[in-house]
Amino acid sequence: MARDKTTLLYAETHEWVDVAEEGGQKIATIGISDFAIEQLTDLVYMELPEAGKSVGAGEEFGEVESVKAVSPLYCPVGGEVVAVHEDLPDQLDNLNEDPYDFGWIIKVRIEDEATLEKLMDFPTYQKQCASEG
Amino acid sequence: MRNQQATKLLFEMSREGRRAHRLPALAQDLDSAATLLPADQLADAPPALPELAEPDVIRHFVNLSTMNMSVDTHFYPLGSCTMKYNPKRNERLASLPGLVDVHPLQDDRSIPGVLQMLFELQGMLAEISGLPGVSLQPAAGAHGELTALFVAAAYFRDRGETERSVVLTADSAHGTNPASAQMAGFSTQTVKSGENGLVDMEDLKSKLNGQTAVFMLTNPNTLGLFDSQVKEITDLVHEAGGLIYLDGANMNAILGITRPGDFGADLMHYNPHKTFSGPHGGGGPGAGPICVRDFLADYLPGPIVEKQGEEYVTANPSKSIGRVRSFFGNVGVLARAYVYIRTYGKEGLRRVSEDAVLGANYLLSKVKHILDVPHGDRCMHEFVATASKLKKEQGLTAMDLAKRLLDYGFHAPTVYFPLVVEEAVMVEPTETESKETLDAFAEALFRITEEAGDLIHEAPHTTKISRPDDVAAARKPVLRWTESSE
Amino acid sequence: MNGYLFHTEADRLEMLRSIGAESLQEIIDGQVPKALQMQRPLDLPPSVDEMSLEQEMRRLAAGNASVSSHVCFMGGGAYDHFIPAVVDEIASRGEYYTSYTPYQAEVSQGNLQVMFEYETLVSELTGLDVSNASLYDGGSAATEAVLMALASVKKRHRVITSSAVHPEYRQILESYLENIDAELVVVPANESGTSEDLIEAIDEQTACVLLQHPNYFGRLEQVQKIADAAHAAGALVIQSFDPISVGLLKRPGDLGADIAVAEGQCLGNPLQYGGPYLGVMACRKDLMRRLPGRIAGQTSDRRGNRCWVLTLQTREQHIRREKATSNICSNQTLLALRATIYLSLLGPHGLKETAEHCVVKTNVAREKFAASERFELVHPGPVFKEFVIRDRQNQVQQLVQHAQSKGFLAGVAMGDLDEAWNDCLLVAVTEKRTEAEIEELVEVLQSAESQRIDPVAQTV
Repeated sequence: MARDKTTLLYAETHEWVDVAEEGGQKIATIGISDFAIEQLTDLVYMELPEAGKSVGAGEEFGEVESVKAVSPLYCPVGGEVVAVHEDLPDQLDNLNEDPYDFGWIIKVRIEDEATLEKLMDFPTYQKQCASEG
Repeated sequence: MRNQQATKLLFEMSREGRRAHRLPALAQDLDSAATLLPADQLADAPPALPELAEPDVIRHFVNLSTMNMSVDTHFYPLGSCTMKYNPKRNERLASLPGLVDVHPLQDDRSIPGVLQMLFELQGMLAEISGLPGVSLQPAAGAHGELTALFVAAAYFRDRGETERSVVLTADSAHGTNPASAQMAGFSTQTVKSGENGLVDMEDLKSKLNGQTAVFMLTNPNTLGLFDSQVKEITDLVHEAGGLIYLDGANMNAILGITRPGDFGADLMHYNPHKTFSGPHGGGGPGAGPICVRDFLADYLPGPIVEKQGEEYVTANPSKSIGRVRSFFGNVGVLARAYVYIRTYGKEGLRRVSEDAVLGANYLLSKVKHILDVPHGDRCMHEFVATASKLKKEQGLTAMDLAKRLLDYGFHAPTVYFPLVVEEAVMVEPTETESKETLDAFAEALFRITEEAGDLIHEAPHTTKISRPDDVAAARKPVLRWTESSE
Repeated sequence: MNGYLFHTEADRLEMLRSIGAESLQEIIDGQVPKALQMQRPLDLPPSVDEMSLEQEMRRLAAGNASVSSHVCFMGGGAYDHFIPAVVDEIASRGEYYTSYTPYQAEVSQGNLQVMFEYETLVSELTGLDVSNASLYDGGSAATEAVLMALASVKKRHRVITSSAVHPEYRQILESYLENIDAELVVVPANESGTSEDLIEAIDEQTACVLLQHPNYFGRLEQVQKIADAAHAAGALVIQSFDPISVGLLKRPGDLGADIAVAEGQCLGNPLQYGGPYLGVMACRKDLMRRLPGRIAGQTSDRRGNRCWVLTLQTREQHIRREKATSNICSNQTLLALRATIYLSLLGPHGLKETAEHCVVKTNVAREKFAASERFELVHPGPVFKEFVIRDRQNQVQQLVQHAQSKGFLAGVAMGDLDEAWNDCLLVAVTEKRTEAEIEELVEVLQSAESQRIDPVAQTV
């Protein structure tokens, strides 16, 4: 089941969020947008958090590196990291090709749903990208 | 001319049983060594080093050397690095047995000559900087910078001003500035540069307060401009109770012309491997001696050389921060600086900077017709041009220019630094290049901008390798040879 | 005036014309405010020609005792090992020593390949996965390793080390840790000069343990045992080692060290009163992204040829700025080159043989001192290439002076580094020493007794 990027939520810092119910809890799956991946150019490494860590909305949860730049990854929602895509750092070529399915980075159990309200829908995010590009 | 002995790795040339080095026989059986040590401490076999014959070793390393560009072989206008000629008398004199073969823990009385040289060098560095306290200990510029911040931290601690926890750095500064500040326990704030490339005074004022510890200033700055507001800057920082640190990276521009101590700096480092012609050694060793104002001298790391009567002795300052490396310092590099300063002497050092400034301005007068130079027609010892127009109009980046210059037999300028200039091309010709060389460089640059895109995007063409894959190197790091990687 | 300048008067005029300036002073005045310009010449000695300077420097150098003029038994972190001619011959090539950091890989393959070979050799010497391209020296490398451990082991701030670690290495560590949120615990070595007692000090606040093996006293540590205890508590282990020693002894990685550091001076680099030296550092693969300094890695170029580049640069200060683990932006390439040549000349058998010479001769010296009347061995148990002797007459400074007048650098007066050791001498014996020299040293030191009688000692 492929994710449709036009139905996702986006943070100003270019992370995407897919919210789903799992066992009565709201789980946010988080990745970075194809626009961000292109801007960062060839990614070479990603530093990920450990599962169980709690992250605040807007807080840094990891880093992504290209050859000559390091960019922090910000968590768009607050909550506990419940899953981490451990294989991703070793398969960054695949991230370029498939940022929305294979490219998920972490899953967070949302603690404060209000934080979702600050995120953008796809058309709004596209406008932001157009102004940055 | 293809030469396998250069491209193969040492490990691939190895053949079991070859040897280049043997020691004399001993009266004792060498195997007895193993009986003198506990069995559980012994390795089963020595490390798997390559096994080679001496001619192998020579041919391998001599051939490898020919794959380097160097100051001895090429014009090397690498901005911010001061790649000047490395005098051969420096090498010979620093290698005299009475200097190069001295053990670091010998007592002072056994090495009067070494200590006299270091004492005199301390005095020379103090005179050139206008700052009287000198420590020769730091091993590199970045190390000197860190050491100076340790000194500043100790000074504020001693005065009970522990609230001074912020170091200000310029946005055009070397990345070592914020990194060193953080290692010395400070937090950092960035001060912006204005349109003219100089410190934005309003931004600086807004960031000065009771928490300000140090403003780290590079002057002349990384754009090759002398900040004419420097006295005002240092006065403002001093009024706020802070100290001024001068990154001495660009001292080659101001020897005998102006002194950091005279324009308000309280601490600074030198890069003797740049300014005073100690060679760069393929990336090191350098040295990073620091100079400080009198009220900071007691905090310097030891040992420092003092003269007591007719004797030279090493001593530790009374409130010393301790030490930042083992032993005295990079004496071999300092000896070369000593020889260099003695060679030029009082008459010559100013001439060095004048010719560095003349060469850079001359090259600027040629390059400005080829590339945009955003910060004006004049500079000190280096200037920063930009390839951003070329990139927009012809798709040529600063990196393309750099790579194609290699085909023309020139080392590339520094590119993409400082960060405040897009597609930056930073050129520092130094005083040891002739007008003919500068003309040829400008001519090459011009011809490159007239060339077709493909020729440039795939450059260099004349080197053994071209455009290595940095992405693959970083994604799947291969940092050592193994049999399977052959 | 002497120097290396080019421009003739005609050149100068033409250059100024191109610039559009009347004079050089005009250019300077446009940059540097008049009030800040020096109004007098620098107060320096006059310019001097090459011949005169050489004559002067030769006199200056001739006044120093050195390992060329004296027989050296000094160690304490810097050693008089033999340096084969090939090392000097190659390292004096301008293509190596007048080049710089390989920013343009295409014209730096010589240096980059040497860096890669050096890293491979260091991985082999340490038994660890990844080496950097070198740091300043062994002492600061030990501190960099501690900073690296503090950054890797989250939320722990305690650093445990031993008094059997080189006193200067501990002083460097103190200077650095003074300014950051970290606590240094120095556990005294036991009577036999080793550090097992530090196991007791390891707790769940401990980020790392720094030990030296063979240690400052020349003694062998129980690295494996200490490493096991540290790992059980979740701490990292840093071992400062002697690169020559692994010709015989187990390597840091084999003993459980997570990070190994060393002073690489002993690998073909001259003593030169303390520097430049070579900071060796290697670590386990999972710590690679915290490793400070330059690193060369293998890749291929656009034509598919194997080649080498600087890599993992995002660790470094020019990208990470205030978030970088270290501010180091250079490496000691020229000294790493010398170490690479040295190790390729020695090979596995040469390294082993050198280590064997050190051990055998050190034990010969130790026995002779043990048999002497004046001196006693401070530590029982095996040593690698140096050992501590106590002068029963407590006249170490005089002994050193006396030996020097007889052509010997007798050892390190340990009181110079730590007053608690005022009556002790640290004696090192490398492969260069002969049995005859050892015998003569012991005799010279013994004979000092009759020549120098301390008035204080006399009255006692």
